Amino acid sequence: MIIYLAKRFIQALLVLAVISLIGFTVQDNLAFQQGLNAGSAAAYNVETDAGFLTKYFQFVSGAIQGDLGTSSFFKEPALTVILKKMPATLELIFAAAVLVGIFSVPLGIFTALYPHHTISRLILSVSVLGLSVPVFVTSILLIYLFSVTWNILPSFGRGDVVPIVGYWETNFASWDGLKHIVLPAFALASVMLPLFVRLIRAEMRQVLKSEYVKYARARGLSPWRIYFVHALKNTLLPVVTVGGVQIGTLVAYTILAETVFQWPGMGFMFLEAVNRGDAPLIVAYLMVVGAIFVVLNTIVDVLYSAINPTVNLARMAA
Amino acid sequence: MALLSVQNLNVKFGGPFGAITAVNNVSFELQKGERLGIVGESGAGKSITGFAMMNLLNAPGFIDRGKVLFDGQDMVRLNERQLRKIRGNRMAMIFQDPLVTLNPVLTIGQQMVETLMAHRRLRQDEAEFIAIQKLREVYISAPESRLGQYPHELSGGMRQRVIIAIALLLDPDLIIADEPTTALDVTTQADILELLLHLCMANNVGLILITHDLGVVCQLTERVMVMYAGEVVETGKTREVINDPQHPYTQGLISALPQQTLPGTPLKSIAGYMPSLLSLPEGCPFHPRCAYASPECTRERPSLVQYRDASVACHEVNRLHQETLVE
Ligand SMILES: Nc1ncnc2c1ncn2[C@@H]1O[C@H](COP(=O)(O)OP(=O)(O)OP(=O)(O)O)[C@@H](O)[C@H]1O
Ligand SMILES: [Mg+2]
Repeated sequence: MIIYLAKRFIQALLVLAVISLIGFTVQDNLAFQQGLNAGSAAAYNVETDAGFLTKYFQFVSGAIQGDLGTSSFFKEPALTVILKKMPATLELIFAAAVLVGIFSVPLGIFTALYPHHTISRLILSVSVLGLSVPVFVTSILLIYLFSVTWNILPSFGRGDVVPIVGYWETNFASWDGLKHIVLPAFALASVMLPLFVRLIRAEMRQVLKSEYVKYARARGLSPWRIYFVHALKNTLLPVVTVGGVQIGTLVAYTILAETVFQWPGMGFMFLEAVNRGDAPLIVAYLMVVGAIFVVLNTIVDVLYSAINPTVNLARMAA
Repeated sequence: MALLSVQNLNVKFGGPFGAITAVNNVSFELQKGERLGIVGESGAGKSITGFAMMNLLNAPGFIDRGKVLFDGQDMVRLNERQLRKIRGNRMAMIFQDPLVTLNPVLTIGQQMVETLMAHRRLRQDEAEFIAIQKLREVYISAPESRLGQYPHELSGGMRQRVIIAIALLLDPDLIIADEPTTALDVTTQADILELLLHLCMANNVGLILITHDLGVVCQLTERVMVMYAGEVVETGKTREVINDPQHPYTQGLISALPQQTLPGTPLKSIAGYMPSLLSLPEGCPFHPRCAYASPECTRERPSLVQYRDASVACHEVNRLHQETLVE
């Protein structure tokens, strides 16, 4: 286990090194363009005097010390700006992931067990719709229905947040905060939910045909035990793997959801940074998101090994 | 009363080309503690017959007609709840491939305990105690530590022992073993079969042994039923059927045994293939491959006729039989 985590850590460093190279190239180019815009080629030349590698080395040694440059707009270290915004985004992703989990498992199981039921057909049709409608359309539709027409849920901002520790203020500690997170979380979940319902359904149907399910029936086990212990556990194995990758892509979708709902998170911040040409902030965002990806994937691998006895992390490391 | 009495069982499979009959008009009886072998080549309907005993056919398969009286209760007419009480409890099944039979994500202990708890009110430690006892009966070393192991940590032979232990957990009256050793290597096969025979005899458990290995049938069973294309073509005492087979198909099966072939000569086999159930020939289903086929065989389907201690479905045998009667 420890060897595995160490290996994973080295992999993470490699991934971050690649991201940093990309990030640095972006920054270098942006700085060059800004230099041209400002008309002060001389000022830029001072920087370009150093070779690409030397500058990259400076960038990396800065990054290792947590210095990803200073945001040109906020006049604050870029990492600090991001760390202030990160809790809002992580809470949004967490809420969306919980929604996906709560809804996809029962819906997936139901459609697998009763493929010809009217409700199953309805669920599957809606899921096709959900797959094909972009997030911002779903978001606007949700706002139109729940905020404008029925006026039961707020449509922008985080509402009352309760500080916990450091920059972390939470939506989950107040009624107003909870109400504010519902719509954006649903909008974000709407991308993943159809995918997971279909994935769980397909896996479950496959598992229900297996020998061990037939054997479970031949031993006189109750349907409840067969579906929710024997079948579900095997169904969730591949779902967890896919889930890890997909939660990563949720980070990307937060840019859309946060913008529509004016959610003060990293995604919203990133879009603004792009508009303002705030190069250090853009690069810092890329680095942080890269790190989040790596951490999530590691968590998923550990989780997978916990539910799949045939996977041995110690052996995986070797 | 017989423990199991199957009467005119028909199993069909619905399909795009109409329903096919996988088991056609099969009848047999099994007394308490008796061991019956079902033999026949691949696709003859042996497994389907076995699953029909438990009324455990997956769609599109269904029991179209007939009765399966187990201890007087018709398995065909029981509802799912009533069937559950019998399955695994009074009638247990051993599947062909131990590598895919046990659930890979549950421990041996979990799968044994859940089987016990499905039928009896027991505490966890009581169930585990019984499980350990049964594992010991199938000669698994260190049974206490096996409970926490996952199937993949055990060899194929060990897993089949575990499956036999699970079959015996609730002291059933009948075990249906569908090719229990086909997936195992030869030495392990012999061990497992011996164990199965020993345990069935010791506990007076009835056994239906499905196999295509006549040697295994000889070793383990008292009576045998030979199936061909979903029908019973010959049935009787195992020793007599093997020593003096009447039906040309049974004769073919026996002469195809490797022991029956002299060293250096090629292995014999029955010429031709079993017909597809979708296009069964008229008359006797075996006649296209039969050396004795007469015009009658191509027209009329033979029914099982008692001949000494055996029953045979063959026009030719009937004719010979009648001639001896006349003499
Ligand atoms: N799911 C299915 N759909 C349609 N037909 C089926 C299905 N399963 C079995 N059958 C039919 O039932 C027949 C008997 O199958 P069965 O599994 O009982 O054969 P078997 O005698 O056990 O053969 P084997 O030695 O290969 O196990 C097959 O020939 C096949 O045509
Ligand atoms: Mg079979």
